[in-house]
Amino acid sequence: MLLIHCPYCQEDRPELEFRHAGEAHIARPENMAEMSDEDFERFFFIRSNPKGIVYERWRHIHGCARFFNAARDTVSDKFLMTYKAGEPKPDLDGEGK
Amino acid sequence: MADTIARANALEGRFLNDEGITLVRAEPSTRLSLRAPKTAVKSLSKALGLDLPQRPKASTAKDGRVALWLGPDEWLVIDETEADLVGVCASVTAFHSAVEVSHRNTAVLVSGPRCETVLNAGCPQDLSLVAFPVGACSRTVFGKAEIVLWRTGSDAFRVECWRSFSDYVFMLLEQAARDR
Amino acid sequence: MTQPFRIATAGRLGKADPVRFTFDGKSFEGLTGDTLASALLANGVHLVGRSFKYHRPRGMVSAGAEEPNALVGIHRDAARRAPNVRATVQEIYEGLNAVSQNRWPSLSFDIGALNDLASPFFSAGFYYKTFMWPKAAWERVYEPFIRRAAGLGEAPDRPDPDCYANRFAHCDVLVIGGGAAGLSAALAAADTGARVILADEQAETGGALRYETGAMIDGKPGWDWAQAVAADLVSRENVRLLTRTTGFGYYAQNMVGLVERLTDHLASPAQDQPRERLWQVRARRVVLATGAIERHMVFPDNDRPGIMLASAARTYLNHYGVAVGRNVAVYTAEDSAWYAAIDLKRAGVAIAAIVDCRPDPQGPHVEEAQRLGIECLTGHAVNGTGGRLRVSSIKVGPISGGAERSISCDALLTSSGWTPAVHLFSQSRGKLAFDAETQRFLPGQTVQELVSIGACAGSVDLEETVADALKAGHEAAGASGNPPKLSSNSTERWSGGMLGAGEGAGAESTAKAFVDFQNDVTAKDIRQAVREGMRSIEHVKRFTTTGMATDQGKTSNMHGLAIAAEMLDRPIPDVGLTTFRAPYTPVTFGALVGHGKGRLFEPVRRTPMHDWAAAHGAVFEDVGQWKRAWYFPKPGEDMHAAVARECRTVRQSAGIFDATTLGKIEVVGPDAARFMELMYTNPWQKLGVGRCRYGVMLREDGFIYDDGVVGRLAEDRFHVTTTTGGAPRVLNHMEDYLQTEFPDLKVYLTSTSEQWAVIAVQGPKSRDIIAPLVEGIDLSDEAMPHMSVREGMICGVPTRLFRMSFTGERGFEINVPADYGCAVWEAVWAEGEKHGACAYGTETMHVLRAEKGFIIVGQETDGTVTPHDAGLSWAIGKKKTDFVGMRGLMRPDLVAPGRKQLVGLRTRDPKTVLEEGAQIVADPQAPVPVPMLGHVTSSYWSENCGHSIALALVAGGHERMGETLYVPMPDGVIEVEVTSTVFFDEKGERTNG
Repeated sequence: MLLIHCPYCQEDRPELEFRHAGEAHIARPENMAEMSDEDFERFFFIRSNPKGIVYERWRHIHGCARFFNAARDTVSDKFLMTYKAGEPKPDLDGEGK
Repeated sequence: MADTIARANALEGRFLNDEGITLVRAEPSTRLSLRAPKTAVKSLSKALGLDLPQRPKASTAKDGRVALWLGPDEWLVIDETEADLVGVCASVTAFHSAVEVSHRNTAVLVSGPRCETVLNAGCPQDLSLVAFPVGACSRTVFGKAEIVLWRTGSDAFRVECWRSFSDYVFMLLEQAARDR
Repeated sequence: MTQPFRIATAGRLGKADPVRFTFDGKSFEGLTGDTLASALLANGVHLVGRSFKYHRPRGMVSAGAEEPNALVGIHRDAARRAPNVRATVQEIYEGLNAVSQNRWPSLSFDIGALNDLASPFFSAGFYYKTFMWPKAAWERVYEPFIRRAAGLGEAPDRPDPDCYANRFAHCDVLVIGGGAAGLSAALAAADTGARVILADEQAETGGALRYETGAMIDGKPGWDWAQAVAADLVSRENVRLLTRTTGFGYYAQNMVGLVERLTDHLASPAQDQPRERLWQVRARRVVLATGAIERHMVFPDNDRPGIMLASAARTYLNHYGVAVGRNVAVYTAEDSAWYAAIDLKRAGVAIAAIVDCRPDPQGPHVEEAQRLGIECLTGHAVNGTGGRLRVSSIKVGPISGGAERSISCDALLTSSGWTPAVHLFSQSRGKLAFDAETQRFLPGQTVQELVSIGACAGSVDLEETVADALKAGHEAAGASGNPPKLSSNSTERWSGGMLGAGEGAGAESTAKAFVDFQNDVTAKDIRQAVREGMRSIEHVKRFTTTGMATDQGKTSNMHGLAIAAEMLDRPIPDVGLTTFRAPYTPVTFGALVGHGKGRLFEPVRRTPMHDWAAAHGAVFEDVGQWKRAWYFPKPGEDMHAAVARECRTVRQSAGIFDATTLGKIEVVGPDAARFMELMYTNPWQKLGVGRCRYGVMLREDGFIYDDGVVGRLAEDRFHVTTTTGGAPRVLNHMEDYLQTEFPDLKVYLTSTSEQWAVIAVQGPKSRDIIAPLVEGIDLSDEAMPHMSVREGMICGVPTRLFRMSFTGERGFEINVPADYGCAVWEAVWAEGEKHGACAYGTETMHVLRAEKGFIIVGQETDGTVTPHDAGLSWAIGKKKTDFVGMRGLMRPDLVAPGRKQLVGLRTRDPKTVLEEGAQIVADPQAPVPVPMLGHVTSSYWSENCGHSIALALVAGGHERMGETLYVPMPDGVIEVEVTSTVFFDEKGERTNG
């Protein structure tokens, strides 16, 4: 069971309190109606799934209930950092390809 | 027509007293799910008569009323005197959400020297006094149910859960209490 | 005489009480503190099982958790029959009943032993070759044969009556292993005041001090020191000492799984006492002091009962006071085995010889053995053994060549050296490093907060071990300054050793020189795997099965690896080491399940009116975790009759229904309507306060996600209802958008699902029923029309009263605070009875809504249905510029013709009720594969219509009104007509009726 640092509760909490919520930094376009089918496909269906660093959303659903973002290494399974929703994507070396 | 209907507690009659552990249902309380941005905290605190805690896991208690920090803009306010908490907040004009949840939750009072270990049968958090001091509170899990845990004393916790989960929570507490 | 091999002057059980137990029905006596293995050996019993493949007679190999051979069944009662229990771990208790496994008809005469003669047939990889042809034989011959032969023990066939416990724990320092190293580390850590947990798999701490009589620590004999330290640790508040507790799994971020065995050693455990307790420990630092495991020598016929590890024989002698034979030989490649001979000789047991394959071993142990008059054959090897159910002789010859001689013995102790127990270290994802000089894998780079100490870190010196351990414990606790010191030394030596096959089991040998006892894998099998092209140890393992099953190759892996490396002519690290995975030793399912079984398998949720329904004869159905009243049969009624009556009654007078389980969300804030516009397809801005609307929620891809009636309580407050099953995910979905996509909206969401008990009163008499109970609300059609909501009082308590209908009748849904739910229900019921109303359950609710063509999300929809498909285009706000799913609805596939659309179906024979899920075709005579047009989503007998009704998703359904289609079933084809989805009151006049 992982320990996850909740950026809102400001402490490490057991994974049982959290739920994974997919890839991070995929903003919902404002001009949805004008999107091409190709753009919609990229927005809704296509995910990167790299080996290495991924940016993903988590929700502290059984804790403070906030969604937040995390950078995690899919090779070591380690969280590199977590940060609040809305904060910019951090620039980390070795980003997954 | 009935004059007044008494509240029917979901845990009516449930009680356990074993070596080092006591489980008892809490008396009926009024409860408020309070959501508010920082801008409304001051006026809501004033209306409620206690400072809404701003720190994670913190609580403020005063005169039978407690505000538990659940999230950065969320508090569970519990009043043991059955005061009208929604009414109290109605005077606050700053944007907030005060929702009546008195009957949504039921609470079990867990006390005795074994209370930490009994709770740790299903709660994965570190409940030692260092990590979870008196007054600390948190939404967390207990087995397969979500709970709100509030430490009311070095050997005492209040466990809040949704009404229909209270049977499960009480049974799991009983089972854990048997693991001496 | 009982226990003829017990030596009164040896061991620590002393005058312990006798304990009676049975093995294969025969009664024996042991002593309190014995394991089943030590007690059987005290009675001269070595033969305890038959091997897996060849059914060869086998005895105890070890005295601990690594045991590959001595697996037995422990039968407490009919339900408690544990298979594959290691006799070397199981403690005896009064009345213990053990049985041997994998033999028929008896342990000493076993038909399966014929396999041994047919062994060429069972060579490595035989599974993959033998059972290939003919293909037809697989199902009828091979599979049943393999299933019967597979596995050793017999699984119990009754539910497990025991309970199990779970405990989450946190500590500063977790020490795994309570030998000299672990105890020292725990002591140093505890001295700093840190929170310490020490776990040891044995009944008492002490580890190798159990038999290492030459060890002195802190001025005391090692074992005495260990017990004193354990007592000291137990007395400290900051220390938890767990015995009979195995650290079985090392997971992420220093989460270590421990399983504590609480009752397996007790004669009569208390009824409610857990059998095992799972500890999920989160430690700041972990100290691994897991010791080392002795390896046997690989030589021809090295598996006869009576052949065991040297350290095991020392344990049986020095701890349990049991001699493993009367005339014992030793065959070794390292020093520590010599002490077994020395200890036994001093205890009065004859030593046939010490055979050491090294040409010239030196040291005090050699001198002592010679002084005791033991024959020491250095530079010699054991080339074979004799004896059927017990070893009776060994063939010994010089390695340099020369005459072989036979030496009689009744036990043979072997050792080829020590393998550090790096299992947990490896599970922690630490890298193992091969030390070429000592031929061992040792802990290398660590990736978690842990330290390995003592024998598992390669130490062979007690003084070094204790000093390292004290430092490790001190530092693990985060303390600065100097660690404590303890004087320690041992007169014993632990050096030397070899890997792989010994003399007589070389490349040309066809002898059975066992590498892996549990899987009957010989040196020859490993070589054959390499010859057949296996290059990696992972392939060799799977081809030969070496290192598999309950012992996971604890004694055998290094031998197998060395033989493969030699065959491949490559260094050992190049051939690789199989991955160590949890669990270290077998863990019961019960321990992993913990409290989560029976009534605690998952929460059972009941509404406030549950007990009333139960008292009134309700039959319940499970809807997610909820128990919902399904129907209310009267005496003599079956389900069909009860539902038909309930359906009739609702439409003729009224029915009362418990709708509490519906999800409810309160949406509050000045931007509440804007938020609702984004989350639902419908328009909300213009919905008046006090009015309700049926809302449809989509996912971004345009498919229906949920639905429900929403009431507007104020400009800035909505009372949203969701489906019962959808409540948590709908709130999560809404929170997700609110927090991450629309964070600037001034609105908050709160679950009120359980705040409100909901009593639906439906039917022409519904208003009459509730009117006497309601205060402060005008119930007239003018003041409170269909689809409106009012706040007021009912029975003296507050209510949110909805005028709405899921039946097509005039109807109300009374929301009251949950603790008042049952009392209000009873009051409504009393009024209802005056009007001939009934209580109805979910089945009638389903039928009545289907008569009206109302969908149920998850029944008419399956994640691929759009509002257009479901006939809900009207619910989409045409002027809206955005809502979740709007763009998805424009996708080419979602606007293409021929989509499956919701229609009604009527069977030609009105009495035929279709089966839900049945496929629909246009032409039942069409050649296979027949094109499927769709399927039946809902189907019922409609008492009110007088015929069966069904809803179905049918390709191009909306264009097929009046068409005849077919539903092929196993017993015939059913003809159906495509109709509208509304079967009853098409004009919808009854909501005001």
